Amino acid sequence: MNAIKSILRWLDDRSGFSDVVLPMLRHVVPDNARWWYVFGSATLCAFMVQVISGIALATTYVPGGEAAYESLLYITNEAPLGNLLRGMHYYGATAMVILAIIHMTQVFLHAAYKYPRELNWMSGVVVLFVVLGMSFTGQLLRWDANGVWSVTVAAEMAGRAPVVGPAIAHLILGGETVGGSTLTRFFAIHVFVLPGLIFAGIGLHLWLVLRHGISEMPNPDQPVEPDTYKEDYESRLEKTGVPFWPIAAWRDTVFSVAVMALIVGCALFFGPPALGTSPNPSDINANPMPDWYFWWYFAILSMLPPELETYVILGLPVVGLIGLIIVPIWSNKGDRSPSKRPWAVGTVVFGFTALVVLTIYGYKKPWSPDFGVEPLPAQLVGSSDPAIVHGAQLVHQKGCMYCHDVDGYGGHRGPELSDIGHRLNRAGLIIRINNGGYNMPSFAASLTAAELSDMVAFLQTRTNSSRQVASDSTEAATP
Amino acid sequence: MQEDTVDSDADRRSFLTRLSVGLAGLIGAVISLPPIGYVLSPLVRKPPRKWRDVGSLEQFPMGETKLVQFQDASSTAWAGDTAKTGAWLRRTGESEFIAFSVNCRHLGCPVRWIKDAKLFMCPCHGGVYYQDGEVAAGPPPEALARYPVRVVDGNVEIETSPIPLTTNDVA
Repeated sequence: MNAIKSILRWLDDRSGFSDVVLPMLRHVVPDNARWWYVFGSATLCAFMVQVISGIALATTYVPGGEAAYESLLYITNEAPLGNLLRGMHYYGATAMVILAIIHMTQVFLHAAYKYPRELNWMSGVVVLFVVLGMSFTGQLLRWDANGVWSVTVAAEMAGRAPVVGPAIAHLILGGETVGGSTLTRFFAIHVFVLPGLIFAGIGLHLWLVLRHGISEMPNPDQPVEPDTYKEDYESRLEKTGVPFWPIAAWRDTVFSVAVMALIVGCALFFGPPALGTSPNPSDINANPMPDWYFWWYFAILSMLPPELETYVILGLPVVGLIGLIIVPIWSNKGDRSPSKRPWAVGTVVFGFTALVVLTIYGYKKPWSPDFGVEPLPAQLVGSSDPAIVHGAQLVHQKGCMYCHDVDGYGGHRGPELSDIGHRLNRAGLIIRINNGGYNMPSFAASLTAAELSDMVAFLQTRTNSSRQVASDSTEAATP
Repeated sequence: MQEDTVDSDADRRSFLTRLSVGLAGLIGAVISLPPIGYVLSPLVRKPPRKWRDVGSLEQFPMGETKLVQFQDASSTAWAGDTAKTGAWLRRTGESEFIAFSVNCRHLGCPVRWIKDAKLFMCPCHGGVYYQDGEVAAGPPPEALARYPVRVVDGNVEIETSPIPLTTNDVA
């Protein structure tokens, strides 16, 4: 017993734990932050989940060509705990992105980025972008058809850049096409380059927290005055401050336990995202879709006028990064309280509303053709006239319903056709179908005169009243 | 005399500082230049283009558009299926073909040929092309790219090409 104690004392003396590390842990922090400040440490906890589950996955994952997909199948279906680990890595990534954004939002709303903590904010913004880089490269390491096409889309986006675009695109692909050198690059970036940057960024971020101290809760009567702030902060802390360990830290630990439980719980109950079909770039039946973090961006790119597109694809990430970094340069003193910063509150409300709406849009993707649409059931066609019945078949067969909704069946790219009979007469329908129109192809070359006539006959029955009659007659027919 | 010593001491310090910074820079350059060159090598190492057989003439009825697959020029031993490329091959004459790249010109997603509508459609953002590859609707800025295609001894061959980017046309 005494021997162990003396060994520990020796270690403590030679390592300097009590001299250096303990004072850091016990540094004095404001006592009024309570639960507001748990998001940063929880982000760190999610990062630890990522590092540890990632190392475990890397012991089995084969980062090359076809073998990557085979190893993913092995991890998911055969390896003991493999499914759980993939799930933890996926929900850990989700948690890390969400928590980092919540943490940033809290810091922004409380204006904790003001003097002297400008660099805390800037380093956090850089780490956030690296984390988004991790989620994108991580999604690609799930090397199925979606992974292959996500790389292609990334290369095409980069290829839009003037002059250097094609060179960057070929660096992303590791050649002129997707192939054996593509995945290995993303693997190296995902497991070495970006984690290294995150470790360095977190190191700087935490060092700055120690150097400048944790900010107090905003007080409307205490605007930040750079000339006197540090003295005021120190003197207030002397009166009311508490040691971080363990008076403040226990809340961080409790919240981190909840986050970890949520990550493991999701991994157990929902499992990792399903693997798509194998990574074969010549398989055209893929339906590429980014992971949810980027649905909002996907939505923006779909709804932009094409002439603005290149500028937004290339400009948005740069403007976003610079815009966030300059926040504390823009305003590093004055009020911190949200009640005195209506523009800040408005920005957050607007930003989150836009993010949620665009994310929902990105998920629904009404701009994409719906290739899986079913033919119209007979009771919705509501007619036994052979021309109309044939017309209804043609509307499905010729792909009209990929983009047009007819009585609840079909895509949403183009206008709904459920009451087209009211909006266009026979001549109008023929002109429209033959010539196409804004965002609609011309079908003149793919329809015979008889087919066109049947199709128009069917479309003319699409009026609210005809549907009423149709549903009445089906009800009457049912005993 | 004493001032001389201070001066020479300062000189010595500034020389040693510069020496160390310079040597550290040299170490940095020597250990980082080869890796940078290695990572950038796809820019200079252009694989030779190769003609790939995609099937015999009779497999492609006149006027039809069929999906064909071929091996990229730069396939590495471990690439497997990932070194394949698809093309939509359309027979327009006795020995005339058009080989469309499957990549949508908007952001590169794979377009599908909808036979009955005689249209290519993209699942990502709704780009649509006519059977001749011209844009019919949606965001694509230009027509589908084409691969060089030829008929040799009754076999159809496609020439491997880089992925078409909106900023550098194939063929």
